[in-house]
Amino acid sequence: MLLIDCPHCGPRAQTEFSYGGAANVARPPAPEETDDAAWIEYLYLRDNAKGQHDELWQHIFGCRRWLQLRRDVISHEIISCSELRRPLAEDGP
Amino acid sequence: MADFRLHSGGLIDRDRKISFTFDGRSYQGYHGDTLASALLANGVRLVGRSFKYHRPRGIYGLGGEEPNALVRLRQGARAEPNIRATQIELYEGLVARSQNNWPSLRWDAASALGLVSRFLPAGFYYKTFMWPRRLWPHYENFIRRMAGMGRSPEAPDPDHYEKCHGHCDVLVIGGGPAGLAAALTAAEGGAQVWLADEGAQLGGGCLNDGDASAARDTIAALESLDNVTLLRRTSVFGKYDDHLYGLVERTGDHLASPDLGMPRQRLWHLRAGRAVLASGAIERPLVFANNDRPGVMLTSAALGYLRTYAVRPGSRAVINTNNDSAYGAAAILAAGGIEVAAIVDHRHMKERREIPGAEILHNHAIIDTRGKKGLTGVTVAQLDINGDAVPGSERQLACDLLCLSGGFTPSVHLYSQAGGKLAFREDIQSLVPKSEVPGMTVVGAANGDFGESEFIAGGAAMDRPVSLRKFRRKQFIDLQNDVTAADVELAAREGYRSVEHVKRYTTLGMGTDQGKTSNLNGIAVLSDALDRPPAEVGVTTYRPPYTPVTIGALAGRDVGPFLAPDRRTPMQECHEKAGAAFVPAGLWQRPHYYPRPGETMTEAVNREVLAVRRNVGIVDVSTLGRIDLHGPDVAEFLNRVYINGFKALAVGMCRYGVMLRDDGMIFDDGTVARMAETHFIMTTTTANAGPVMAHLEFYLQVVWPELRVHMTSITDQWAVAAVAGPRSRDLLDSLDSDIAFANQAMPFMAWRGGAIGGIPAQVFRISFSGELAYEIAVPADYGPAMWEMLLAAGQEFDVNPYGTEALTTLRTEKGHFVMGPEADGRATADDMGLGAMLSSRKEFVGRRSLRLPGLAGGDRLHLVGLMPVDGRSQIPPGAILLDKEMAGRAPDKAGHVTTSVFSPSLDKPIALAMARNGRQRLGAQLWAHSPLDNRIVEVVITDPVFVDPMGERLRA
Amino acid sequence: MNRYSFASLVRHGIMGHRGWKPAWRDPEPKTNYDAVIVGGGGHGLASAYYLAKNHGLNNVAVLEKGWLGGGNTGRNTTIVRSNYLLDSNARFYEHGMKLWEGLSRDLNFNVMFSQRGVINLAHSKGQLEAFRRRGNAMRLNGIDAELLNRDDVAALVPGMDVSGDVRFPVEGGLLQPRGGTARHDAVAWGYARAADRRGVDIIQNCEVTGIRRDHAGVSGVETSRGFIASKRIGLAVAGHSTQLAAMAGVRLPIESHVLQAMVSEPVKPVLDTVVTFGAGHLYVSQSDKGELVMGGDIDGYNSFAQRGNLPVIEHVAACLLALFPQFSRLRILRTWGGIMDMTMDGSPIIGTTPVPGLFLNGGWCYGGFKATPASGWVFAHTMATGQPHALNADLCLDRFHRGRALDEKGAGPKPWAH
Repeated sequence: MLLIDCPHCGPRAQTEFSYGGAANVARPPAPEETDDAAWIEYLYLRDNAKGQHDELWQHIFGCRRWLQLRRDVISHEIISCSELRRPLAEDGP
Repeated sequence: MADFRLHSGGLIDRDRKISFTFDGRSYQGYHGDTLASALLANGVRLVGRSFKYHRPRGIYGLGGEEPNALVRLRQGARAEPNIRATQIELYEGLVARSQNNWPSLRWDAASALGLVSRFLPAGFYYKTFMWPRRLWPHYENFIRRMAGMGRSPEAPDPDHYEKCHGHCDVLVIGGGPAGLAAALTAAEGGAQVWLADEGAQLGGGCLNDGDASAARDTIAALESLDNVTLLRRTSVFGKYDDHLYGLVERTGDHLASPDLGMPRQRLWHLRAGRAVLASGAIERPLVFANNDRPGVMLTSAALGYLRTYAVRPGSRAVINTNNDSAYGAAAILAAGGIEVAAIVDHRHMKERREIPGAEILHNHAIIDTRGKKGLTGVTVAQLDINGDAVPGSERQLACDLLCLSGGFTPSVHLYSQAGGKLAFREDIQSLVPKSEVPGMTVVGAANGDFGESEFIAGGAAMDRPVSLRKFRRKQFIDLQNDVTAADVELAAREGYRSVEHVKRYTTLGMGTDQGKTSNLNGIAVLSDALDRPPAEVGVTTYRPPYTPVTIGALAGRDVGPFLAPDRRTPMQECHEKAGAAFVPAGLWQRPHYYPRPGETMTEAVNREVLAVRRNVGIVDVSTLGRIDLHGPDVAEFLNRVYINGFKALAVGMCRYGVMLRDDGMIFDDGTVARMAETHFIMTTTTANAGPVMAHLEFYLQVVWPELRVHMTSITDQWAVAAVAGPRSRDLLDSLDSDIAFANQAMPFMAWRGGAIGGIPAQVFRISFSGELAYEIAVPADYGPAMWEMLLAAGQEFDVNPYGTEALTTLRTEKGHFVMGPEADGRATADDMGLGAMLSSRKEFVGRRSLRLPGLAGGDRLHLVGLMPVDGRSQIPPGAILLDKEMAGRAPDKAGHVTTSVFSPSLDKPIALAMARNGRQRLGAQLWAHSPLDNRIVEVVITDPVFVDPMGERLRA
Repeated sequence: MNRYSFASLVRHGIMGHRGWKPAWRDPEPKTNYDAVIVGGGGHGLASAYYLAKNHGLNNVAVLEKGWLGGGNTGRNTTIVRSNYLLDSNARFYEHGMKLWEGLSRDLNFNVMFSQRGVINLAHSKGQLEAFRRRGNAMRLNGIDAELLNRDDVAALVPGMDVSGDVRFPVEGGLLQPRGGTARHDAVAWGYARAADRRGVDIIQNCEVTGIRRDHAGVSGVETSRGFIASKRIGLAVAGHSTQLAAMAGVRLPIESHVLQAMVSEPVKPVLDTVVTFGAGHLYVSQSDKGELVMGGDIDGYNSFAQRGNLPVIEHVAACLLALFPQFSRLRILRTWGGIMDMTMDGSPIIGTTPVPGLFLNGGWCYGGFKATPASGWVFAHTMATGQPHALNADLCLDRFHRGRALDEKGAGPKPWAH
């Protein structure tokens, strides 16, 4: 079971968190000016990196903050956990 | 019956006799015995039947590696199948039965399968039972009956289980010499140390040695330290992420039933800084014809029975070995009063050794055994230079115990689970850890650190005489699943060459012993068959659990009514007292309806609906999600998450809003009240209270962090009742309140704060029923008082409490959609007829997706009403709508019925439906077809609002 | 090639089973094929089989990185059903169901397809109404479905606790009588053997490391055993679809997640149907060997590790005991994980891609095993003709771009929520 080191609450079991998907998916700032292809890309397409993966988790049974993790999705090792960095598409925490 | 118990020695307590029964017969043993040792002491050798061929089987091992001696332990609701006799601690009155036999263990009818076993090789079922197809269920039925092992208990478990969490610096797995030493070193260095061992006593292999005093000293030292926790009878079954280990502590299994208040087993979630794996090694058997008779045993097991339990597992032994460890063992067996007839050593050795009274047969192998229900002798033969049996050299040796010593296999399962890779080591012919894995150190025998005598100099893991490889007689590798060497060879011959294919094709290693004695031998046979070195053959993946884990322990306390929490509104007791019938709504139990004596559900619901339409009703709506929003940017935030505008919402007013997901589908709906310039309260649907909160937090924290908004869920802080019906204002007016409820003072969609009957309250004039209605929110603790006050004051207005069924009818009459039946996650706002609500002047979540062709297209399902053409027939719930002209053809569905009710207001059945292009088809006639109950009803598409389409009543 | 039958089993039994031929050859890869399928699981092997059988394409290779059936084909809970709500899914899976019914004989390999019935339990009136809609939709799509009340459920599953004393009492359920289970490994082996017999080269231990493209589309694959040319490449590598598609520059609406499954120790027959709990995540059946085979929800985060964590296993155990409290003293023997292609709408993706000659069969979420025959059937059609079959026209990748996601659960674009 993952142990996520919440920057606010300290290390907590994975069961306190809820997963929020890839962190490098930035919502287009002006959706109405975004073309279909770019909008579909934001909505649906994912890198699904096999290796280090930047992802969002929410500490729902804690501080309720959305956090940014870099995690190895093969070993499940958590490399870092931090407050969100913006813009999201920037390279990792 | 012969007594096989020694008069002295062992770790049993001869002062505490214990009676037990096996297959209905009474026996005696001692405290400290296992069922296996006690059976052996009583001369019981036949204890089970094998899985496939129903061959007689005896006790083979000493602990968790036991493949054969599986029994049904205990009776009634505490009965458990497939328990290893070697791990059952004897207690007074223990009852055990053998399994997988009929009519009895000795005379098992199914053993006749042995006669046709040549037609039942590995995977035979893949090749037959295909014709005729209709007979397959019968074949399968037969296969199922023959398979399985023990019988499942039939009554709920009377015992309970618990879960605990632990944290330590060092977890030592295994309490043998290596584990004890590691634990002491770590503890003396100041670390918090936990040590877990499967046995009742620590010491591991030391228990079998002549002198366990060193181990006893270490155990005493560990027990004296405050920073050490010793867990006996505890299996570490799995290694999970971030150094979490799963442990099962068997707190009550050594007793007839757990002590009062004690759990039967305890599941530990143990987070360890690092782990020391000292799980030891398991002896490997050797493979030859008929190597499975009762009386055949691992040498280490024989030693264990003799040393730990003071039991002679036989009278006259032959030892079969390929390494030096057997010689020491022979001496110990001889000293224990077992006549060692011979040591049959596969190796050709120059050095001669002597065991008094024992014949040493170098360069010999066992090629067969005798004895129907127990071993009576073996056939040995000399090996030639090629490792082949020399013709004519066969000899018979009488014995009732055959000890097998084919080397030792390190127990690397947890290392492997941790992601460790294995390497094949020639000198011990086994797989050992290749390198460190983070957070785990493997020590002792588990790491392949054996004494020299256990090395297998120059031999193969399992040398079978070459000529024996062609023998027809069964040479078992996996005793529990009856997998033979021939089965593995057949698999290889048929192209199942990956070790995983062999496992799956033959079921090798898939029994309840998880191949602890068979995996390596399987690899050896496969390596022979493929003519590839064992290191290349590889090993199947070790998966958790290391040893089977009780389902009850995994469930812990989450059983019976405690599977999930019960959510109760503040007024729950009022509803219970009123005799409400309840209906589950997520984790809530909501009043479904409030039957009066003698009333049916339909009568009660109709009464409740009419009460709301004619007088007044009250309903508990505390389950709706409630979110408090503060901050200067709340209005802007709401503007972005709802399809409609919120900036212009005045303080003191409420507004209905619909939220979308970013893919354009309706996510939730509810009302928002502006409490102050920078303060709003939002309500959500009951089911989506949590998801909406997370959704809003996502947009606030991740997408628009610049917005100054603070949100808190306040669902549990408020008790809320809706007062609905034309006389609702009269009711409220009759209460002592500082709030003016008059239409001008408090128009539709206004909210006011104040006190009602002395209770602080917020009153929202909103309506779901379509009637004049108010939602009264009071701090949670006041809920029951408010509810009782409304009921008491409402008597003169014939107030009726109403449940969710009446609520459904009321909203259906008004054409209100709800999340789930109508807005099922695939519906847009326009589908619901809310296209006009979609603001064109602002961005909002989901808006961009509405332009995608599939969402904007002309063939979407619209919310519509349905009425039966005959005016009387109930519209089948869940019915599919079909165009009438499509009768008899492959139906292209015209939609489906979402909510079907009887409308007491209209005195006829009505329904809501999602119909393709429904709004353009008002008046069209369709069939509502429900093949499930064989009903077809002609319906006409109507506007979804059946009652008060102009909304005059709610503004009254 | 030996034909399998009772007679051949007896004949070979008398000869000591020494005469059985390998179920499939172990050929060296050729330099050029008419079609190459990447992935030697059930879907890839079935696709190859139907390419040869239905479309006469025999110069076909299946390339498998490890061993046949080593991915999700051998890691699922073996459930076969076609009880879908949405027409596009229902028709596709029902075509599969029809193929299942004749599969053992078609392949001459007993895949032990056991039509013991699949029951989805309902624990509230609302759930039962949703099942009514699904059941009616199924019936109108020609799929068998029966609505059960509590007594019906009790009669079909004698050991189940249908009393009102539990946290989520059983209200009823939806039964698909023709649903059931099959022997998962046998499906891969059966298709492999049958495809091999039709000339398909099945090449194990051959990892695809790149996809080569030219101006016209794909031209072949780089593998650990050299370059193999082909103008038609089909990916059937669920769990790793995104990785393979990325080799051709295609991004997918897929995330990889781990799904766990587990079996208990074997016991004599106690459960004769497949049961799905409706108030938590559990599906359970009993294998012919006697093990209770169970699964639950995905662990819920991206993963390429074929192992999961305890919370899901504990939840599955608790749900099992909610239905069958008498199983409390049985023991879990084995747990394992597989890597799922979780799509953004929970439905599979089979069809063409933006790259000419490159075809995708993936996105199976947890539903891949039951789809194996239908998937192979329509994928073979798509690869042979370059056009989707009517049954997978709605399942193509471009549905996302058209705003026509097939959201069976209505959960939105969160792959971990399907």
